[in-house]
Amino acid sequence: MSEDLTRRTAAELARALAAGEVSSVEVTQAHLDRIAAVDGPVHAFLHVSDEEALATARDVDRRRAAGEDLHPLAGVPVAVKDVVVTEGTPTTAGSRILQGWVPPYDATLVSRLKAARLPILGKTNMDEFAMGSSTEHSAYGDTHNPWDLTRIPGGSGGGSAAAVGAYEAPLAIGTDTGGSIRQPAAVTGTVGVKPTYGSVSRYGLIALASSLDQAGPVTRSVLDAALLHELIGGHDPRDATSLPEPVPPLVAAARQGLTGDLSGVRIGVVTELNGEGYQPGVRARFDEALDVLRGAGAQVTEVSCPHFGYALAAYYLILPSEASSNLAKFDGMRFGLRVVPQDGPPTAERVMAATRGAGFGDEVKRRIILGTYALSAGYYDAYYGSAQKVRTLIQRDFAAAFDQVDVLVSPTTPTTAFKLGEKLDDPLAMYLNDVATIPANLAGVPGLSVPSGLSDDGLPVGFQVLAPARADDRVYRVGAALEALLEASWGGPLLARAPELTTEGSAR
Amino acid sequence: MTVTTDLVPFDEAVRRYDPVIGIEVHVELGTASKMFDGAPTEFGAEPNSQVTPVSLGLPGVLPALNGKAVESAIRIGLALNCEIAELCRFARKNYFYPDVPKNFQTSQYDEPIAFDGYVELELEDGTPVRVEIERAHMEEDAGKNTHVGGAGGRIHGAEYSLVDYNRAGVPLVEIVTKPITGVGARAPEVAATYVRHLRDLFRALGVSEARMERGNVRADVNVSLRPSPDAPLGTRTETKNVNSFRSVERAVRFEIARQAAVLDSGATVVQETRHFHEDSGTTSSGRIKSDAEDYRYFPEPDLVPVAPSREWVEELRTTLPEVPAVRRRRLQQGWGFTDPEMRDVVNAGAVELIEATVEAGASPAAARKWWMGELARTAKADEVDLESLAITPAQIAELQGLVDAGRLNDKLARQVLAGVLAGEGSPEEVVTARGLEVVSDDGALETAVDAALAAQPDVVAKIRSGNLGPVGAIIGAVMKATRGQADAGRVREIVLQRVEQG
Repeated sequence: MSEDLTRRTAAELARALAAGEVSSVEVTQAHLDRIAAVDGPVHAFLHVSDEEALATARDVDRRRAAGEDLHPLAGVPVAVKDVVVTEGTPTTAGSRILQGWVPPYDATLVSRLKAARLPILGKTNMDEFAMGSSTEHSAYGDTHNPWDLTRIPGGSGGGSAAAVGAYEAPLAIGTDTGGSIRQPAAVTGTVGVKPTYGSVSRYGLIALASSLDQAGPVTRSVLDAALLHELIGGHDPRDATSLPEPVPPLVAAARQGLTGDLSGVRIGVVTELNGEGYQPGVRARFDEALDVLRGAGAQVTEVSCPHFGYALAAYYLILPSEASSNLAKFDGMRFGLRVVPQDGPPTAERVMAATRGAGFGDEVKRRIILGTYALSAGYYDAYYGSAQKVRTLIQRDFAAAFDQVDVLVSPTTPTTAFKLGEKLDDPLAMYLNDVATIPANLAGVPGLSVPSGLSDDGLPVGFQVLAPARADDRVYRVGAALEALLEASWGGPLLARAPELTTEGSAR
Repeated sequence: MTVTTDLVPFDEAVRRYDPVIGIEVHVELGTASKMFDGAPTEFGAEPNSQVTPVSLGLPGVLPALNGKAVESAIRIGLALNCEIAELCRFARKNYFYPDVPKNFQTSQYDEPIAFDGYVELELEDGTPVRVEIERAHMEEDAGKNTHVGGAGGRIHGAEYSLVDYNRAGVPLVEIVTKPITGVGARAPEVAATYVRHLRDLFRALGVSEARMERGNVRADVNVSLRPSPDAPLGTRTETKNVNSFRSVERAVRFEIARQAAVLDSGATVVQETRHFHEDSGTTSSGRIKSDAEDYRYFPEPDLVPVAPSREWVEELRTTLPEVPAVRRRRLQQGWGFTDPEMRDVVNAGAVELIEATVEAGASPAAARKWWMGELARTAKADEVDLESLAITPAQIAELQGLVDAGRLNDKLARQVLAGVLAGEGSPEEVVTARGLEVVSDDGALETAVDAALAAQPDVVAKIRSGNLGPVGAIIGAVMKATRGQADAGRVREIVLQRVEQG
């Protein structure tokens, strides 16, 4: 029974809860049991909130019994990436500098989850301050890919993707600054969506790069992602960059896509996000998916975005610049870790330096140094200034492409999940994982990753769909269509082909 | 830090050098909530009680712009005859300091909300001076550090420091002048007049209480010297946080004298920030402002650009108060004051007080007499501003009403005033409580006059012979007998009457 409940999608659980077939306590307990059974080896969670989750579940069951009108997802558990602030629940952003910090407030998206009464199972592991593509930069240990525990689950949101992929949660919240939702989704065979910049409030997201960060859903189906996105999206006066208009009807778009009909939809294959550097198995699954889309009635053409080749370089100037400033507040003065140097007077400056020296990991320090340098007088124009110009060119590439097609598509990542430790000493190789996902962040457009099969190595491959800003509904329609048609051909979800995890809790 | 500083006498310094000044004024806006945050801004509240997660810069927070603060900034810009930007952005000024919760200050850098303006000042003797405004920009205030255990609250030698974030995030507008040249020896006066002018302007606009003693208005004064008005600008110093008009004047004066001595000795002026010391009227070296100081400004990505519509700006323009100089001219005409009289009133900061007193019913002449006479003396003796005295314009009007009605003479009125200032109540209440009414009962006066005449019999004869000089002596005696409560004019009439009758 319990095992069965964890295999269901959020939409299925929502239906069963509404029909009274199961209780939220049963559903929540089933997931907590699953976490207890498999999270030792997977290590998706940094904190499990069993009591709070069950209290919410009991409350939902009582309200449902009383005939109250509830949100469709009420009672469906969710996991939240640890970069999202949760009142009363420890929030570390994967960093030692925030060890033990218990926030006094909720992020707006968490308030919305709580208002809709989704039991929050806990906080998921991530690369420190969302800097990384493997979750190996967490201060609290690696997360392991449920498909192969010797491999990375992607990053920075490897915890959320692994939690959903290992059936520890039906829904999870991720954040995506350069691919941190989509890349983990791709390498774990799950679905992840980075909404249009401003679609989901950033209030309460511990900022990495303010102009790039966006929270979004991590799920096992496109429809589930739409359900969660609609719940957390929408204007928030606390976030000046949040869009004033309501989120377009995403669930309806996903349901439309699930019919498998894409007649008249124009799909552009981005020339620059394919070919060299992309694993043969990744390319093969991508090409097959294009055939499936053609079969559904879509017109598939190739579209060039000539400046995408500069995206990675621009990204690695803009992101560290903003991050160097955003991370300045972590100084041991008001919250979190405080390290008092033993070898001299504990002045504020020395406490700040000692705290930051001890509290930040190497990747964080690397990017703070890069960003500090890029913003320095005399270098600003050459680095930050030039990067912003590239950003404008990439936005123009998108605008020109969307004049010709409704959506753009590419493989989500160049490769499948690599081995833990394989790229840890080579930051540039690590950064290349995000080459296909970064342009969307630079332009603020929405992007979705949906599983498109297994590569030659038996590991999942992701298919990315990009749409114009504010047209998130398009990625859901196309994503859902592809998912429906591929699952029909596979005879079930891709994740069903993942090896069973041993539930006996050995560390591998 | 004790520094012995050589000074050149000021007059000599300005004879041989041409001073150039520049002034940065920060004004705290009187909005109910902070610049980017809903936290309240009450002054003097319990430390760290006027804060939210945003004010404290906790992880995850974002700024949300206070529209009222933008409105105030635009109105200030318009009142300074500035252009208002069609689109401007905030920027982050990055530096680590515990009173800055995010370790960056959200400010404006190369895109101020207002720029290219001017103000027209009038010095004490009526000389007009035009000060060009470079820019006015919006930013947030920092918190306040208190250093405990060190000497005189200094950080040096302190055991520990406390930070109060109540002020962190309070909206500020910073107004920067272009270099003010060609004012020579009057540079100190120009500086003080400019700051006072802005203070009056903020109050007239209603954008701030503009109380200097609370630090609502803070001035940084830049001073440099050059050998002649044709020479390029010299190296400047910036004296920070000079917080009264008098201090502004003194700080400029001191820096001119000090820099002249430095230049005379063949040395160069060091570009640095300096601290002003109220007690000695001197400045001392702060930190060196080298080029190494790099705030790594970049556009604030958490805020969208501010793009005030032209319609809104024009609408705000209609809300501007009268230009102070125009207003003064209008009031002067209405009141019938001479130029020197009006200048004294302005310099004493009594314009609003007299205006309110006249509004409450007193004649302009009487209002001026009270505020510039007895009250000015009292304020000076107590070393306070006129407006800080414990008396209202309405009470002055009431007092004058009692005089006009013949119920008080000047001497009694001054006693009533003293009673009001001592907190004994309204003029009417003081009159009653102290029994200070003019004796207008002729019977009582006649008795007193008769007694006085009887005491000085020779006087009657003198008066009868046409020598009116001794009348004063009789009046004096009657006033003494009635403890000053008699109407001297009426006493005089009765004396003459009695002498004639007698």
